[in-house]
Amino acid sequence: MELFNSESKKIISDPINVNNPISLQVLGICSALAVTIRLDQAIIMTLAVVFVLCSSNVILSLIRNYIPTRVRIVIMLSVIASLVSVVDELLKAYLYDMSKQLSVFVGLIITNCIIMGRAEAFALKHGPSKAFLDGLGNSMGYGLIIIVVSFFRELFGAGTITLPDGGAGYVLWRIPDSWYAAGYENIGLLVLSPGAFIILGLVIWIQREFAGVEEDA
Amino acid sequence: MNFLRKIFEETGKLVEEGKPLSWAYPVWEAADTIFFSTNKQTTKGPHIRDNMDIKRTMFFVVIALIPCYIFGAYNIGYLNASAMEIDRGLIGNTIFGLTYVIPILIATFVAGAICELTFAIIRKHEVNEGFLVSCALIPLTMPPDVPLWQVIIGTSFGIIIGKEIFGGVGTNIFNPALTSRAFMYFAFPTKISGDKVWAIGPDGYSGATALAIPANPSQYDTASNLFAANTQFDFSMMNMFWGLIPGSIGETNKLLILLGAFFLIYCGIASWRIMVSSVLGLVFTALLLNLLNYFTIDGILQAGGSPNAMLTISPLQHILIGSFLFGTVFMATEPVTSSHTNTGRWIYGFLIGVLTVIIRSINPAYPEGVFLAILIMNMFAPLIDYYVVQANIKMRLARNV
Repeated sequence: MELFNSESKKIISDPINVNNPISLQVLGICSALAVTIRLDQAIIMTLAVVFVLCSSNVILSLIRNYIPTRVRIVIMLSVIASLVSVVDELLKAYLYDMSKQLSVFVGLIITNCIIMGRAEAFALKHGPSKAFLDGLGNSMGYGLIIIVVSFFRELFGAGTITLPDGGAGYVLWRIPDSWYAAGYENIGLLVLSPGAFIILGLVIWIQREFAGVEEDA
Repeated sequence: MNFLRKIFEETGKLVEEGKPLSWAYPVWEAADTIFFSTNKQTTKGPHIRDNMDIKRTMFFVVIALIPCYIFGAYNIGYLNASAMEIDRGLIGNTIFGLTYVIPILIATFVAGAICELTFAIIRKHEVNEGFLVSCALIPLTMPPDVPLWQVIIGTSFGIIIGKEIFGGVGTNIFNPALTSRAFMYFAFPTKISGDKVWAIGPDGYSGATALAIPANPSQYDTASNLFAANTQFDFSMMNMFWGLIPGSIGETNKLLILLGAFFLIYCGIASWRIMVSSVLGLVFTALLLNLLNYFTIDGILQAGGSPNAMLTISPLQHILIGSFLFGTVFMATEPVTSSHTNTGRWIYGFLIGVLTVIIRSINPAYPEGVFLAILIMNMFAPLIDYYVVQANIKMRLARNV
């Protein structure tokens, strides 16, 4: 099958834009609120979710004809849980600081609705290559939103922009002290969870405006 | 007046439908109806012939706020003069204060007007008068030394998140002015948390507010110490009533707030039920806590591991300290976000009073509880109304059977 025909493109671009898992389906909100305090955390989290979602979609799609319908949830969970354990161990081995900061939220990828949802709705009904594209699209859609949210939360809440590196994060830019001396203050609200809700709400608002989605009142 | 009318008629032609400037119609309409009553006629029923449209209703609230502004300005000057130990006189103090109040007022109105006009133009509706009151209320809830850029961010937040995303005036859940105040409280806590006094003074001039003194039991173990004038400010009852204490710009003088309340009730604009019931709620809860404090052995009801002096504060002191009166007169009675049924208004107001005392006394983290209490009850107002209406329907059904 052709990898980049229009149908494949649609599979991969829809979840990023008009059918975004966070801003349109409102899934995976829990981790989107928790790991968006700093940009580097959001980037690592995105990579973890890309890996888990793509792999789980491909694996479940490959074995979809052998899974009895009645026990499919258990099998889906065990596949996803194994993949999450792999990610968790990898982070602990190579990015120990980051794994401490992300703490339980890597483990909680198991309960991220996006992953179970895509497995149930897509991977069990389509071939592995399509399932891979779907996983890639959805995880990128998830990542795009949390990266945007974390960028604004970190910039205005803590006054820094941090990129991931091997240790505690590489500070790309920091609001200069002269700004603080001139009276600038960080918006403390954005570091708290309500700030994540507000930023996420604004992102959803703008994203729906551009995607042209109208919801019935 | 004829001259003005002519200007509006001439400029009105420019913004008619189909003309290139038609996007600016909301701006023209807003300016026009400030000076003249509208030409528009209702084409369908019901017809109400009354000059009291929303704009004029809102103006009455603004009129009621003007004394608070003037006193607020005087108070800033007075406190500054007493800290610097100079004498500027009545007029001098007021002018000194106005140089702090007017920039805040302008910042609020510019930010509010830009947000409001942007939404009016995009959504093609007329500019809503509600923003006048919201923008007139916001500076009164601000400390005098607040940075102007924070005022601009707070106002925009209040207008957009508190009002416009819900669909504008009439459909908002939360009071926009209070939303902006709450945002500032949590966003910039170093300046606006309410435990340090706000006054324009020399460097290092600070102290605890009347609300923070009993909440800080290491220094003041009972509320009676608070009124023994052992702080640098005179927190006697009389002085707190007259408002010569540091605080937000508009909330210190309780007499002017009461006058504003009578004015609004007399004009039929604000609901007296909400005001009365919230005071009742406050008195009830304060008495209850006093009673609890009296009957419990020292150490049972504690906040943060030490005896809670807030429990010993009498209801009258609760009314006088902080901005409870300002909140209940001007914020809680906002017609859109409060309850709409009369029974509902009693419940709504009563619970505002209850929550205010609970947040002030039981929760050591927040010195002031009025704005949180009103926002929480804003959220519940539609629910209260729903059950009041349902109860009425049930009662009438039962009567007819």
